[in-house]
Amino acid sequence: MNTYTLYLNSKRCIGCHGCVVHCKANKELPVGPILCEISHEPLKSVRGVPKTEFKFRSCYHCEDPFCVTICPTQAMKKREDGIVYVDVPKCIGCMACAGACPWGIPQHNPETNKAVKCDYCMDRLDAGLQPACVTKCTTHALKLVAMKEI
Amino acid sequence: MKKSVWSMCGMCTVRCPIRVEVEGNTVKWLEGNQHILKGALCAKGSAGPALVADKERPQQPLIRRGGRGAGRWEAVSWEFALDYIADKLKTIIERHGPEAIMASSRGGPFQDLVKAFTHAMGSPNYSNHDSACGRNVHHASISLFGLGRKGFIYDIKNAKHLVLFGRNILSSLRPAEVNQVMDMLDKGGKLTYVDVRQTLTGIKATNFFQVRPGTDYALALALIHEIIKAEGYDAEFVERYTTGFDELAYFVENYSAEWAAKECGIKAKDIHELVGQLIADRPKVIFHPGWMLSRYNDSFYASRALNCLNALMGNIEVEGGLVFAKGAGDCGGKGPRALNELSPKPTAKRADGVGDVYKQFEKGPGLFHLFYKAMATAKPYPIKGIICVRHDPFACFPDPQAQKEALDNCDLIVSVDTHYSEFGWYSDVILPESTYLERDSMIAQQKGMKPRLIMRNKAVEPQADTLDLYSIIKGLATRLGLDQYFPHNTMQELWAWQLEPTGFTLADFEKKGFVEYADKPVMFDREKLDGKFKTPSGKIEIISQKLDEWGFPSWKPYVSPPKPPKGQYRLVFGRSPLHSHSHTINNPLLNEMMPENTLWINTREAGKMGVSEGDFVDVISGDVTSVVTAKLTDFIHPEAVYTVHGFGRQIPLQTRAYHAGMSDQKLMKGQLQNMDPVGGGLNLCETFITVRKSSKNHQRKVEL
Ligand code: SF4
Ligand code: SF4
Ligand code: SF4
Ligand code: SF4
Repeated sequence: MNTYTLYLNSKRCIGCHGCVVHCKANKELPVGPILCEISHEPLKSVRGVPKTEFKFRSCYHCEDPFCVTICPTQAMKKREDGIVYVDVPKCIGCMACAGACPWGIPQHNPETNKAVKCDYCMDRLDAGLQPACVTKCTTHALKLVAMKEI
Repeated sequence: MKKSVWSMCGMCTVRCPIRVEVEGNTVKWLEGNQHILKGALCAKGSAGPALVADKERPQQPLIRRGGRGAGRWEAVSWEFALDYIADKLKTIIERHGPEAIMASSRGGPFQDLVKAFTHAMGSPNYSNHDSACGRNVHHASISLFGLGRKGFIYDIKNAKHLVLFGRNILSSLRPAEVNQVMDMLDKGGKLTYVDVRQTLTGIKATNFFQVRPGTDYALALALIHEIIKAEGYDAEFVERYTTGFDELAYFVENYSAEWAAKECGIKAKDIHELVGQLIADRPKVIFHPGWMLSRYNDSFYASRALNCLNALMGNIEVEGGLVFAKGAGDCGGKGPRALNELSPKPTAKRADGVGDVYKQFEKGPGLFHLFYKAMATAKPYPIKGIICVRHDPFACFPDPQAQKEALDNCDLIVSVDTHYSEFGWYSDVILPESTYLERDSMIAQQKGMKPRLIMRNKAVEPQADTLDLYSIIKGLATRLGLDQYFPHNTMQELWAWQLEPTGFTLADFEKKGFVEYADKPVMFDREKLDGKFKTPSGKIEIISQKLDEWGFPSWKPYVSPPKPPKGQYRLVFGRSPLHSHSHTINNPLLNEMMPENTLWINTREAGKMGVSEGDFVDVISGDVTSVVTAKLTDFIHPEAVYTVHGFGRQIPLQTRAYHAGMSDQKLMKGQLQNMDPVGGGLNLCETFITVRKSSKNHQRKVEL
């Protein structure tokens, strides 16, 4: 059962890409892997004002994640609370997960030769904190939403 | 063991308060101070540890061994480097007097140390980068309010309407301010954005005006005209606290909305609509007078007009308006001590002529670019030594080639910086300063509605052979026999001395990382603002006595800016939220996000040149040609092309930034002294450049 989702209040988001760097810095990632993305549609004029809104995307933490099924070493796991994460010592860096994921979400970390992906910063969550991107979003536009279990 | 350190970001000059978590000697986490920023930081802020770890910054003092700019460096010890500099300084002082030495630093709260050192040597010639930044705004504000541009705080979050002329507030960002803007918008406030192009700020706007470049002043005058005509100004406030209103009303008589619409290339109906909104929203309307308004040759007057609109709105010292920045004194407290208090006041006249030839300019940091004149002509006297601290004149002033020619008259060029700067690369000695996470800084006062004392604590020990600025300055001062002006042996001693008059102690900073002089925002009684405006009349001088005295008009008749000749465009520049000018281009994380800049070209204009999105274009000005990728957009005025400032760096040791993108300032040929005579700011958007499709767009590629 998925417990969490990351919600972007696009009215507040200014497209500064802070979240992307906050995430990378927290995970001490080298140049290469990027775990969350900010994107936008081309500008369109709305009542005389060229406008667009930003979208945030990281791993969807799928209900039935292909990345987990395909992983040959059971390094890709889904927790009770729905978080899909890499059990790093078990990962052999084959990147089958990235191939299986419809969006190619898992990234290769060239420094460790392992897969890395958004895990909602579960170490921080477990310590009672918020994910890096949420904590440090320049405008407080990102929220980690806990979905009520049905 | 994890430790938590209160500090201050140093990735740009906003200097956000931060909290850093350290394990061993490594930064594990940093975030915006929860008490002020609730954790928020910008992208650059998070890239700080990448700067610390970067081996592509100077790792020890370097002395030039080849010709200037040749890039042949010898690594030396600090002892050797400081001895070397001190010897050269002594020789210059003997031959030409101490005033032949100038020093400059970043503006802001930490100027004291460099200023004190300059004065201790006996030179009046302290400067900073501001003539390429806020001088026009500053002087315009002084001429009107008698207070500099930092004299007011903008209470944006409580405003109903924020009007921005080219102030790209959500990109050239200050996190605390950005949150105020977003809060204001969340509460239904309006945003009006005026620029030659659409920006990350403009996409949030209620009203957007894409104006012809160089016509800001026209629109501002028309707003004054229409507001006066509609009697939509705060008559009581104007009557009570301003002088010269009638002259202004007379002056703007011909500057109607219809006139401005033509001039700016916008619709008169939209101007009228805006005027209606402003009148309804007053007094909670803020006209931002500009941040970096060194752009057009009437930017001083544009800024003056915008601030005058603030006065017409009667928004001074009201919630949601312009609030006087309060200092310790306004709360019955005392500010911290500054080192400059110990140094003798220099008696010589400034070599830039500020305060003497140029009475209209405030002495403070003077005007950096004018020192180049003194270097080149030895008038009023020679400048033979220059020390730039965390300031890269080649990256901020036009025409580095012209700057180099002037600098060649100097016997000593020293650069103190955390990274390689273009200026440093041309200098004689590079002194590597520890990065902001590796150094302590002096305590500084931050004025505001709740004035506070802020400080930077070292989070980690230096990872390379670098020093903090106090140690560098003290090392030089000692060698010059000036140690009595820098008597403190450690930062702890210095801090304690600074804090003595304030009644606070270092322990008071432990709880939140800063201390406040007041619990609640301090507001003056709006009925008793007399004397708060430090103009000769004590009022807001719409017609300025001082400008009169110096022979400048308070209002300059509008002159329509020239259109670029065929095939040419006006070069305008700006900032991205991912880089702090030139400082961060080589930062591994930020470089990954934004490795180079592009040239924004109006889609139709690009069509005429046969340029498509992603093509290389040649950008030509005099003997300088840059090649850069074209970005096509419908939302830039056809007369303008735009680029993000700071790129096109030419330091081979910065492998990521080397020759990536183009440099706007290198294309500003012959513009080094193109100064606003009243505001002192450089006219950085008065260059026309040629753009053409580049022959670098290869038609064929052969590989055998
Ligand atoms: S940090 Fe926040 S405001 Fe900036 S792009 Fe990310 S979500 Fe948007
Ligand atoms: S990596 Fe892809 S497949 Fe796996 S949980 Fe995330 S989105 Fe789903
Ligand atoms: S939750 Fe953590 S891992 Fe996922 S995008 Fe945010 S910062 Fe990155
Ligand atoms: S705006 Fe960003 S880079 Fe500048 S001080 Fe704040 S966090 Fe640091």
